[in-house]
Amino acid sequence: MSNKEPGLISLEYKNVRAGKELDTTWTYKKFQENFRVVIVRCENYEMEFDLIGIHPFLANAFRRIMISDVPTMAIEKVHIYNNTSVMQDEILAHRLGLVPLKADPGLFEFKESETSEATAQDTLQFELKMKCSKNKENKDSSRHDDIYKNHHVLSKHIKWMPIGNQAELHKEENIRPIHDDISLLKMRPGHEIDLQMFAVKGTGRDHAKFSPVATAFYRLLPDIKLTRTVEGEQAERLQKCFSPGVIALRKSEGKCVAVVNDSRYDMCSRNVFKHDDLKDSVVMGRIEDHFIFTIESVGNLKSHQIFKEAINILKKKCKTLLDEIDISN
Amino acid sequence: MGEYSGMDQQFVETHFGNSSDFTKPIKEIEEKWKLVPAFLKIKGLVKQHIDSFNYFINVEIKKIVEANDKVVCDADPLFYIKYTNVYVGSPDVDEGFNISKPTTPHECRLRDMTYSAPITVDIEYMRGSQRVSRTGLLIGRMPIMLRSSNCVLTNKSEYELAKMNECPLDPGGYFVVKGQEKVILIQEQLSRNRLILEEGKYGVQCQVTSSTHEKKTRTIVFVKANKYYLGHNSFIDPIPISIVFKAMGVISDQEISTMVGIKDLRKITPTLEECHTLKIYTQEAALKYLGTKLVPKRFVTTKVKTPLEEAREALTSTILSHVPVVEYNYKMKAVYLALMLKRVIEAQSDSKFLDDKDYYGNKRLELAGSLLSLMFEDVFKRFNFDLKTIAEKTIPKIRATQFDVVKYMKSDLITNCLVFAIATGNWTIKRFRMERHGVTQVLSRLSYISALGMMTRVNSQFEKTRKVSGPRSLQPSQWGMLCPSDTPEGEACGLVKNLALMTHITTEGDENPLVRLANNTGVLEINTVGGEFINSDGVYLVFLNGNIIGAIRHYRRLISMFRLMRRSGYISGYCSIYPNHLHRCVYISSDGGRLCRPYIIVINGIPSVSKEHIVELEKGIRSFEDFLHDGLIEFLDVNEENDSYIACYERDITRETTHLEISTFTLLGVCAGLVPYPHHNQSPRNTYQCAMGKQAMGTIGYNQKNRMDTLMYNLVYPQAPMVKTKTIELTNFDKLPAGQNATIAVMSYSGYDIEDALIINKASLDRGFGRCLVYKTSKCLLKRYANQTFDRIQGPLIDTQNSKPIWKHGVLDADGIVGPGEQVLNKQTIVNRSIPVISAVPGAAPGGATSSIEFRDAPIVYKNPESSYVEKVMVSTNEEESGLIKILLRQTRRPEIGDKFSSRHGQKGVVGLVVEQEDMPFNEYGICPDIIMNPHGYPSRMTVGKLIELLSGKAGLLEGKFHYGTAFGGSKVADVSEELSKHGFNYQGKDFFTSGITGEPLEAYIYSGPVYYQKLKHMVQDKMHARARGPRAVLTRQPTEGRSKDGGLRLGEMERDCLIGYGASMMLVERLMVSSDICEVDVCNQCGRLGYCGWCNSCKSSGQVSTITMPYACKLLLTELQAMNITARLTLNHYCK
Repeated sequence: MSNKEPGLISLEYKNVRAGKELDTTWTYKKFQENFRVVIVRCENYEMEFDLIGIHPFLANAFRRIMISDVPTMAIEKVHIYNNTSVMQDEILAHRLGLVPLKADPGLFEFKESETSEATAQDTLQFELKMKCSKNKENKDSSRHDDIYKNHHVLSKHIKWMPIGNQAELHKEENIRPIHDDISLLKMRPGHEIDLQMFAVKGTGRDHAKFSPVATAFYRLLPDIKLTRTVEGEQAERLQKCFSPGVIALRKSEGKCVAVVNDSRYDMCSRNVFKHDDLKDSVVMGRIEDHFIFTIESVGNLKSHQIFKEAINILKKKCKTLLDEIDISN
Repeated sequence: MGEYSGMDQQFVETHFGNSSDFTKPIKEIEEKWKLVPAFLKIKGLVKQHIDSFNYFINVEIKKIVEANDKVVCDADPLFYIKYTNVYVGSPDVDEGFNISKPTTPHECRLRDMTYSAPITVDIEYMRGSQRVSRTGLLIGRMPIMLRSSNCVLTNKSEYELAKMNECPLDPGGYFVVKGQEKVILIQEQLSRNRLILEEGKYGVQCQVTSSTHEKKTRTIVFVKANKYYLGHNSFIDPIPISIVFKAMGVISDQEISTMVGIKDLRKITPTLEECHTLKIYTQEAALKYLGTKLVPKRFVTTKVKTPLEEAREALTSTILSHVPVVEYNYKMKAVYLALMLKRVIEAQSDSKFLDDKDYYGNKRLELAGSLLSLMFEDVFKRFNFDLKTIAEKTIPKIRATQFDVVKYMKSDLITNCLVFAIATGNWTIKRFRMERHGVTQVLSRLSYISALGMMTRVNSQFEKTRKVSGPRSLQPSQWGMLCPSDTPEGEACGLVKNLALMTHITTEGDENPLVRLANNTGVLEINTVGGEFINSDGVYLVFLNGNIIGAIRHYRRLISMFRLMRRSGYISGYCSIYPNHLHRCVYISSDGGRLCRPYIIVINGIPSVSKEHIVELEKGIRSFEDFLHDGLIEFLDVNEENDSYIACYERDITRETTHLEISTFTLLGVCAGLVPYPHHNQSPRNTYQCAMGKQAMGTIGYNQKNRMDTLMYNLVYPQAPMVKTKTIELTNFDKLPAGQNATIAVMSYSGYDIEDALIINKASLDRGFGRCLVYKTSKCLLKRYANQTFDRIQGPLIDTQNSKPIWKHGVLDADGIVGPGEQVLNKQTIVNRSIPVISAVPGAAPGGATSSIEFRDAPIVYKNPESSYVEKVMVSTNEEESGLIKILLRQTRRPEIGDKFSSRHGQKGVVGLVVEQEDMPFNEYGICPDIIMNPHGYPSRMTVGKLIELLSGKAGLLEGKFHYGTAFGGSKVADVSEELSKHGFNYQGKDFFTSGITGEPLEAYIYSGPVYYQKLKHMVQDKMHARARGPRAVLTRQPTEGRSKDGGLRLGEMERDCLIGYGASMMLVERLMVSSDICEVDVCNQCGRLGYCGWCNSCKSSGQVSTITMPYACKLLLTELQAMNITARLTLNHYCK
């Protein structure tokens, strides 16, 4: 993989572009030849894949769209009918807003305007009603769980209240908070909350709670080359300077020799530079058009869906732009 | 080693072990800093306030009453009142009808009452010819310091404190007066009763400020034209000192000169000659002479004394009043005066005899207890004097009932005087002619640290305007006693100081055992020795609290004996002894207000405290007191510190070393203790942080939700700092934090970060970073008036058309007060109060029915363009039984451009730009920073501590632990970088970042990691202001000033100069007149005066009157001049001519 000349070279304090500039001209043919997608890991909410042969501008566009343009549902308005807990209404509402909701945003529409009437197509309604009381059965215990009832409000206590025909369209298990154990509020006997929440579709640009990803980012594929043979104790030290698995020690002629095993997971800590005797033995660089993407989904959407959605949004944006240009012409 | 050099090497080794063992450095006692929390449990921080107050209400108040225990009157020789005892009870509140119930400080805070306890006395007095005794008579109420011995909060568990709505971490040490928390600041003063040599008007002078319970006088010995004089307020002229000696019974010149003990007698011959020219040879003659020089008394008492008697009286009780005179034996006073003279003569030739006034050993700190005792004694005397005058007036009258003085003992005088003094901070004590302002301050509750920092504040009496650097600069003798960093900038710089962590302030100790000990150790009493002995070689004078008690030849024995007795606990551990070889004196002090500090005793190069002791301390077997009792640790005051060799670390111990520091970080105070790695910072930066830590918002106490302060700032999600210090743990800052750990990247971004501005990640703000709550309390009083009328509250006004409340009353409940949870908009009413129009006329209201009384609306209106929510409403009554309504209003704010943030290194900055998360740079792990800080903030400020804090914080995150940045210690950079590289991070803390805008790698590695950031109370929302048109001042018709009055923005003199320089004259006219106070005036060109309506009243014509425009201020000037009988005449010309 790393036979290519690296595009960026790390010197101790600086990233230096090696030789030629990255070719910015774009032709369909060249793109077809070079572009590859390699999915390395794809779990439900986290995925890692490589985009190879793509320009950083484009890679960055995907990242940016994933963070702030892919829509999800989140609680936007809270009607507080009663709140005698210690938490202030605004803070409680803010906390509720940040609870990620499991609801396919594709099945809903954006609300026309902030003031427009809530409809079954654009709004989900939830309810949270709880009253804390003393537990008379367990008087001797000092654990809060034993002496109080309903004292800890968690995200699982949020209940969906279908509007209109929503009950028929959606299953109950599909419309709810993703995590059950998000701590929202602690109460004591006599405290009571009674709230109604309204979730709408929105984007991360408006508020971070609408962002489908915890984070989406990429890094360039590292390229590590040894310039000379490093043996013995030096080799062991060299191994420690890199992330685990990057440098392997190989026995040859009774001696330990350091070889580059897999530079992919090196986190570029550049700790070789700490050792004066080792710092000239290695050249570290990065392949400039090899992006290792990581998408950590919050849970509303699967990670690969988010990426697909991002591509669609980019397409739509391009189309809008082209249409605009057409009109102006 | 010299002594043993001749010995056989073998012999030495067998008997003393290997000689190389001696030269090994002493092992460090690990964890010896644990003595600091043990110390803070019993002393230190606010304990000095509490100790001092306890001493006052338990001991001193009894002494004061005992000293003034008898009131007699001239009218009836049989009449007397005798106080037999006095007590201060426990705090309660009077609920009317003579019912009182115990109260808590929090109730007083909420209800605007004074947290005070009754002062009761037992008396014995004469009623007619009967002797009556009464117990438990109330003479006044004493405000009670929180957590003092009489406070309900002392020795209560956390649960009990929570029941009383009190924060267990609140230090106490302040008063609650009329609902306000007031601190009596520690006052710094020059030590009393001590000889001070200084450069005076004519040259060297020796000055003594004597202070006893009755009097405070100043005596000066100075030199003028080779003659020595005594100067005192009670004499109109300086008195030649030889005459004073003769008046004291030291008649012969020979006796005087031996007493002074000067080798070169020629120096005092001109002074001695004075007596002969005035022909004063006897004590009587001298006293007579003094009698002629006395300042005539203003109030002549009934008994007229002869001038001679007056002079003798003055000599006994006024001049050097602290030196006791028993039965007119002036020996002690004469020796004292001789010593003063001797010092002056010595100082004339050698300037090293001059005292340094700024030396901290010459300072005493006055605490709440001593200040209150001065005040109480003064008012108690006045109370007795009032009783006396009443008795004198009433007894001669013939009355039906017998005169009973108890009926005239009103508690108001003492109560009001004490409450007034604490509430205003004006300390007026008539008998000392003392008038001080600003003694008390409102406890700042901006953050927990600001409250704690206030309790350690030391205020000095120097004038702030004087431009002397001496009192302001850091004195070496302040080492360990006062924080070197914590002082304000600007005019109070160096005058307001803060105590260091381990400082203790002494309370007064008993002198008698010390005198006895001294006499038993060989101190010869001064009355028994002659001048010759005192001044002979090797004899040292012994002083106790500024008084000479005797002389001793073997002073070393005295000192070592004294210290031995102190270490073994036979005498108080807070008294100090030290020799001054220059003065050839030994000074013993046991007075109150000295600063002292504990040290580990080192004997023969080995510290007394060993590892085993510390283990015992950790197990709880041993307390700090045990260390004192066992003679392992002792307190040294500033003076004795200077007679000791103190090592900072074990490795510094040499043979001479006498003491060892407990922990070096205690050098700093509470506020400076928050700074991580302060020893790596440029020193002013630590000072800046000390000022800023007090403005940081966070948590102020566990009871913050129960409080109703006029202004309170809270952080929504406060965090304990990643990089802690030991001080943070000791002061519980980690439990009541004020700030958040922000991930910062040190790089430049967008240009909106110049001049220390910060770039903030919008996603961080969305998730709650820097979000804060602002609470404001509105208060409404419902008064009752003399004519039986009272304020009332009415329900909302209903609009008749839609039967809904009018907009202004939209948030009111049916009772006319806002409901909790309601959103209040600008100019809406929160309490619909109305007050009676006529309230001054005494007598019953007309008709008695409330309906016939006319009322005027006086609503409480919410004034703020931003809306607030009502958190809660309190309805109660205050001490005067009038209704009290408090409304707590709340705003939640997220940071916006212009809000001020600061790290803990004096690096403040405002938010310059809020950036979307996708535009933020991100690193290999996908982390993008909360804050981007410009690197230009570092080179000129040299806050290396911040760089290390970042590194340690980052390592702490990876390791999952808190790192320490304690002063002169803390986690080391090498260890921290090792930890970083162990976790695969760059050892220098610099990460590879990718630009969020272009998607390309940044060209440099970015220093990034967590840094603790404080949100400061200055927010744009409270400051932004603009106006187009608005209110004007009534008198000048110019726009009002200030944001609160919606005022205009001033075009000042310098701005005016710019416009003049530019030549924009019409612009000037517009700014200064048209947009300000333009006014049309009729001017008569004939007489030049102002007319009106086209008519000149002085010329009685309208012929020459024309209308011109001018600023109203100008017109006002003309009319005001006219009112002073000055006519300013105007001459008008046509504009075009």
